[in-house]
Amino acid sequence: MSADTLSVDTRLAPQPGTGSLRRFTRRRSTIAFLMTLPLLLVIVCLVAYPAAYGVYLSTLNRTMERSIGLGNFEILFDTDTFWNVVWQSCIFAITAVIAKALIGFWLAHMLHHIPTKGQRKWRGMLLVPWVIPPALSTLGWWWMYDPSYSSINYLISIVGAPPVPWLGEPIWARAAIIIVNVWVGAPFFMIMYLAALKSVPEQLYEAAAIDGATGFQRLRYVTVPMMANIISITVLFSLIVTFANYDIVRVLTNGGPRDLTHVFASYAFQVGILSGNIPRGAAVSLFMLPILAVCAFFVLRGVTRRNKEQM
Amino acid sequence: MAQVSLRKIVKMYEGDVQAVKGIDLEIEDHEFVVLVGPSGCGKSTTLRMIAGLEEISSGDIAIGGTVVNDIPPRDRDIAMVFQNYALYPHMSVFDNMAFGLTLRKFPKAEIKRRVDEAARILDITPLLDRKPKALSGGQRQRVAMGRAIVRDPKVFLFDEPLSNLDAKLRVQMRTEIKKVHQTVRTTTVYVTHDQVEAMTLADRVVVMNQGLIEQVGPPQELYHHPATRFVAGFIGSPAMNFLPARVENGAVHLPGGAVLPIPEARRARYAGAPGMDLLFGIRPEHLTDHRPGLPNRADITITPEVIEPMGMETLAHFHLGEARDCCARLEPTVLAEPNVPIVLSADMNNMHLLDAKSGRVL
Repeated sequence: MSADTLSVDTRLAPQPGTGSLRRFTRRRSTIAFLMTLPLLLVIVCLVAYPAAYGVYLSTLNRTMERSIGLGNFEILFDTDTFWNVVWQSCIFAITAVIAKALIGFWLAHMLHHIPTKGQRKWRGMLLVPWVIPPALSTLGWWWMYDPSYSSINYLISIVGAPPVPWLGEPIWARAAIIIVNVWVGAPFFMIMYLAALKSVPEQLYEAAAIDGATGFQRLRYVTVPMMANIISITVLFSLIVTFANYDIVRVLTNGGPRDLTHVFASYAFQVGILSGNIPRGAAVSLFMLPILAVCAFFVLRGVTRRNKEQM
Repeated sequence: MAQVSLRKIVKMYEGDVQAVKGIDLEIEDHEFVVLVGPSGCGKSTTLRMIAGLEEISSGDIAIGGTVVNDIPPRDRDIAMVFQNYALYPHMSVFDNMAFGLTLRKFPKAEIKRRVDEAARILDITPLLDRKPKALSGGQRQRVAMGRAIVRDPKVFLFDEPLSNLDAKLRVQMRTEIKKVHQTVRTTTVYVTHDQVEAMTLADRVVVMNQGLIEQVGPPQELYHHPATRFVAGFIGSPAMNFLPARVENGAVHLPGGAVLPIPEARRARYAGAPGMDLLFGIRPEHLTDHRPGLPNRADITITPEVIEPMGMETLAHFHLGEARDCCARLEPTVLAEPNVPIVLSADMNNMHLLDAKSGRVL
């Protein structure tokens, strides 16, 4: 019996009173919608609503009694500290993500070439920085950065160099924050890249070796293009998380010295919560959105294009 | 173009597993040699050692007279076609084929000329701008061959290149490979587990078993004069029948009482056979329907268990005494039926007698 005949038969068959409702609930699209409904509710409650409320808040005055349109943004744009925060956030996020990506890639390669048994042990150890709550591990780093009693300065003194005021001078404080962020985040890149490396067929490397590729050329022409999607997605994800980083700056420097190590999240917290100007804090937070939206657009477009071509 | 020499090649894996147990093989310039054998016989390992993808535990491999044991694959001037094609998915067909030349810094015009020429030979010119994803299995295999051809290497290595194709395409690609070899005449080493591929493609077939070479020779020689029971059973489809036998008074005595006289021309060869534990080997195509009057034929009565009409022939499966899974090839016009006895004619000019203990063909 053909599908057409079957559908005609079904339509002609006598239906009980609740037939149309039953048909509606049995449709695949209805079932799919009902099954995704819990997730949609979570997204609406925890993402869409707070985001929309954030936009609404950013248009209010300090006492949150009346709308001032884009007034909060205009004030921010006239503030040197805000532009410092924009600059610092970009430097912090880009430097940290590049360092995490490179170190993660290197670690993944090293692990990939260790036999499976030993690999599991090393993989577990290398993931430790990522699984410790960052607030706790950053506290440990805070101790290590202490100018007088720290282990890092002790090691530096062994080679005869003067102690470094890690958290006291802007340039060192920025470096200190990036180092901790890289320490925490590199294992994530490592595990993602390791999974990607394992999915590259060994025969491609063998074909490249026979084609005449050196080790570096195999990396450039086989490994990197084959991992391009994972690299892009991981970098985008890390960029978003790093831009929104709060805890490391809060624990290590609290934005100091002289507000020169603030990033968007810590500055938004300072302006919105500590200084009591919630609408302007919301405006600071929202400033990340267009930067990340542009990055996400280009990265995801590249991923889609590559998927179409290769998968 | 080059000779390939394998001298006492051994490959040991961890845990003292010996994949290749000291093989010697000389492959002549322009020759098409096929390594064939069951899974795990060491044929792919041997090919990968020639390619430089596996280290040699002991022995020497020479390409064009130069020992290449310690030379990396890129400097051996070989090209390889893999079972899974191993095309770079992010590159177009043109770039895939040009990759080896680009790495060797060939001028762009020369790269284009070579790729266009290979594409013309393989009939893939319209596909040059496509990505591998947009190609069928057969087209991908052609591209993989094109990648090998453009390099104009000393040796082509094929590692079961047709295993992933369907039966019809496999036959078509087999012909393509033979045509390409007849055109470019590059020394070729081809690995397969399919004896039909081996027989149809090879100038010489190397039959391997358990890490050793059982026999090397042209396809017809292997078919007509197998050296061992393994080769006799491996070459030919359906496989050769083996029946326990003894030789007395110039005749082969089979279980069930059948007595098959040995042709006069072969008697001297089997002079030492009486008293030995023997196997009588005969191919299904030499065990046909009854044809009275033909010289050197012997009659044998069997009871078919299963009849398989194939169109151009009919296969009759039977057992004779302890020998099970025997097969005869009958003319399609013969009206054979299961469980109805039938008289067959054994072509005794094409029989084989094997030492049951050593498996050597007498």
